[in-house]
Amino acid sequence: MLSVEQLTVRFGDQVALDDVALSVDDGEIVCVLGPSGSGKSTLLRAIAGLEPLAAGRVLRDGADLAGIPPQRRGLGLMFQEHTLFPHRDVVGNVAFGPRMHGAGRAAADEQARAMLALVGLADYEHRGVAELSGGEQQRVALARALAPAPAVLMLDEPLGALDRGLRERLVDDLGALFRELGQSVLFVTHDHDEAFGLADRVAILRAGRVEQVGPPAELWRRPETEFVAAFLGWNVVMGSGTGLGRVAIRPDALLLDGDGALAGVVRTRTFRRDHWRLRVALEAAGETVDVVVRDPEPPAPGDRVRLAVDPAGVVRLP
Amino acid sequence: MSRWARGSMLAVPLLFLGVFFVYPVLTILGRGLWPGGDLDLSPLREVVGDPSMRDIAWFTVWQAALSTLLTLAIGIPAAYALTQFRFRGAALVRALVVVPFVLPTLVVGSAFLAVGVEPSLGAILVAHVFFNYAVVVRTVGGIWAHLDRRQEDAARLLGASRLRTFASVTLPALRPAIAAAGAIVFLFTFASFGVVLVLGGPTRSTLETEIYRQTAQLLDLRTAAALSIIQLVAVLGLLMVTERLQGRRHVALRLQASRDTVRAPRSPGERVFLWANLAIAALLLGGPIAVLVARAFETPHGVGLEHFRALGTLHATSVLFVPPEQAIWNSLSYAAAAAALALAVGGLAAFAIVRTRRAGAIDAALTLPLGVSAVTIGFGFLIALDDPPLDLRTEWILVPIAQALVAIPFVVRLTTPVLRSIDPRLREAAAMLGAPPRRVWREVDLPIAARALAIAGGFAFAIALGEFGATVFLARPDRPTLPVVIYRLLGQPGPSNFGAAMAASTILLVLAGLSVLAVDRARVADVGTF
Repeated sequence: MLSVEQLTVRFGDQVALDDVALSVDDGEIVCVLGPSGSGKSTLLRAIAGLEPLAAGRVLRDGADLAGIPPQRRGLGLMFQEHTLFPHRDVVGNVAFGPRMHGAGRAAADEQARAMLALVGLADYEHRGVAELSGGEQQRVALARALAPAPAVLMLDEPLGALDRGLRERLVDDLGALFRELGQSVLFVTHDHDEAFGLADRVAILRAGRVEQVGPPAELWRRPETEFVAAFLGWNVVMGSGTGLGRVAIRPDALLLDGDGALAGVVRTRTFRRDHWRLRVALEAAGETVDVVVRDPEPPAPGDRVRLAVDPAGVVRLP
Repeated sequence: MSRWARGSMLAVPLLFLGVFFVYPVLTILGRGLWPGGDLDLSPLREVVGDPSMRDIAWFTVWQAALSTLLTLAIGIPAAYALTQFRFRGAALVRALVVVPFVLPTLVVGSAFLAVGVEPSLGAILVAHVFFNYAVVVRTVGGIWAHLDRRQEDAARLLGASRLRTFASVTLPALRPAIAAAGAIVFLFTFASFGVVLVLGGPTRSTLETEIYRQTAQLLDLRTAAALSIIQLVAVLGLLMVTERLQGRRHVALRLQASRDTVRAPRSPGERVFLWANLAIAALLLGGPIAVLVARAFETPHGVGLEHFRALGTLHATSVLFVPPEQAIWNSLSYAAAAAALALAVGGLAAFAIVRTRRAGAIDAALTLPLGVSAVTIGFGFLIALDDPPLDLRTEWILVPIAQALVAIPFVVRLTTPVLRSIDPRLREAAAMLGAPPRRVWREVDLPIAARALAIAGGFAFAIALGEFGATVFLARPDRPTLPVVIYRLLGQPGPSNFGAAMAASTILLVLAGLSVLAVDRARVADVGTF
């Protein structure tokens, strides 16, 4: 089990991480989700021992890791991109960790081959890393990070550089792989699909502070702050006409309905892969909301619409 | 990297520099300024007050400045032509332009005389351009070939003219390389010895040749010491200025693999530009070399190997005679030892430089020997290193040590950019996989720098092969190198001696050319250059 308490990191006057608390149980997959610049990478680097702490502690199985250098923390870190050793072939990269942990060259190569088979690159042993595609490079990096059997594997935007289709496939593959290995994982990303598709628990990071932590379904059901709601794509509405106070409304909880309580005018209409997204200016409140519509012929910009609200998709904000 | 390891990486080069550069040079200066133990500044006053010495100093400065400007003016367009355009034989041309740089100045001076060039200022300037062309082409071209062309494209798309783009995007990126090349050329021409000695005639001398004259011919150590001090101060000042100018280039540049920037010439204008530059290179560099080789094969009875055979028979009865194969062997073994030394010292210095903030100061300190009279260094070795525990005067290792001093700045310049280009996250990744700092160094830094080190070693070898100024002082009479043999032959009258000298020069030329070619084989995608 890995945990951090009151973790604070400063770069000069700037506070990169502020009083962060987080834990990863054995076998658990935890994701830190946040926009770029929120301190995600810094969090991983601080836990790894690559960034000095201004305050707070990093604990592994209850033992404080202060003063223990990165190479002896028993943690793995997979960087965002381009950190395969250019002077070694695929198997040489993956065998590096086992060799550093005292395995002989033959034994290390054996372990490396097993890891490569695990990530589906069994025949790639002697390829140069420059010959690999982006997806293959990420898999080699994954095999390399897994090879020394780290207590917790940390991944920094593991799929960030890949195209969408590949990313969706790999999210499923990674989840299956980690659960099969019982691997404890802490990964950071800015991508909702990655976070919610892979993690047992998600922590939302904003400007160096954790806003909310919980299982994906709970976060998605009950965002606790305006930031989390907005970040997850909810409509944050002052609700002056509804008497509810400030609320967050899930875009798919607003339904086109001729008898709906809310009246408005469609401003823009955007087609997304399997739905339309309308921006509707509400008449009463003077606010704009996003509405998800699956109707093949949705209203056009300028059309007047009425909206009904599904109460299950409404959360009151503090 | 622990503080201790970092410290020792720095200690070795500084110790080497201290023992084999600072100490001998200070000793020589001490002999001149502290005769009998009391400080005597009168030679310095005499030199400064002597109008003929002032003329020499002034000539030294302005001929060096003029040579530098001329070399930059010819070299910068060539750097563009040779690195931006794809043409048949480009790799060979880029390798061959370096050959003059590693030739002994004496040999080339003689080749110029052989064509019938009269000693004159023009001859000196042309010879200086001949030698230093490669410095500009390789230093500036090395960066130019790797500049990200998309920045220029972006400027064009934003409405900048071609000229404006060059002035506001390309030139600022090249400025540190141009400053570095200009500084090296200035140093070389400021301390130019062989060229001025042969092509200056009796009336023109520089500080360097005057130091040689005062030391070796007039045995006036006091005046020589005073001149050395003036030279040293000027060089130090120049190095400080260029350190400022070079700034932090490694942060500012995003370098690309050169295969992404090279293209075929497109317009007729570009083709003319390319061919004009190739023609200048062929004429300027190929001309003297061709004359030299022609003289080596030209005999009274037509073309033949007579001069080469004469190397083994001419003066065979003299006590100083050594068979040519022996001289070749001496040259090769000294150069190999010098390359190994330069690689060890310069490599450690490069590793230390990328890990410290005082990089510029260390680099400048290691460049200093380039600008100090080889005569002072050679003579300083003889005087300073003759007492136990450093009684090395009769040791063969003295020659490679002196040659290494000249080669070290190049090793540092070739390896530092490559080490700087190593992504620090690679080291972090290695640490996360369980590698302690020393293991990271061995498993990541060293293998990635290996090829740059190999290239640097090849250059160090070629430079040592052609080193003359210090070697002539230090090589034992019975173990001369090829340049020393050539010098001896040139000192003898008659066409047969001259022909033999040209034959020996041709052998040296081939050896230097082969080592440069071998080096260029290894040069594929690196960004380092001197």
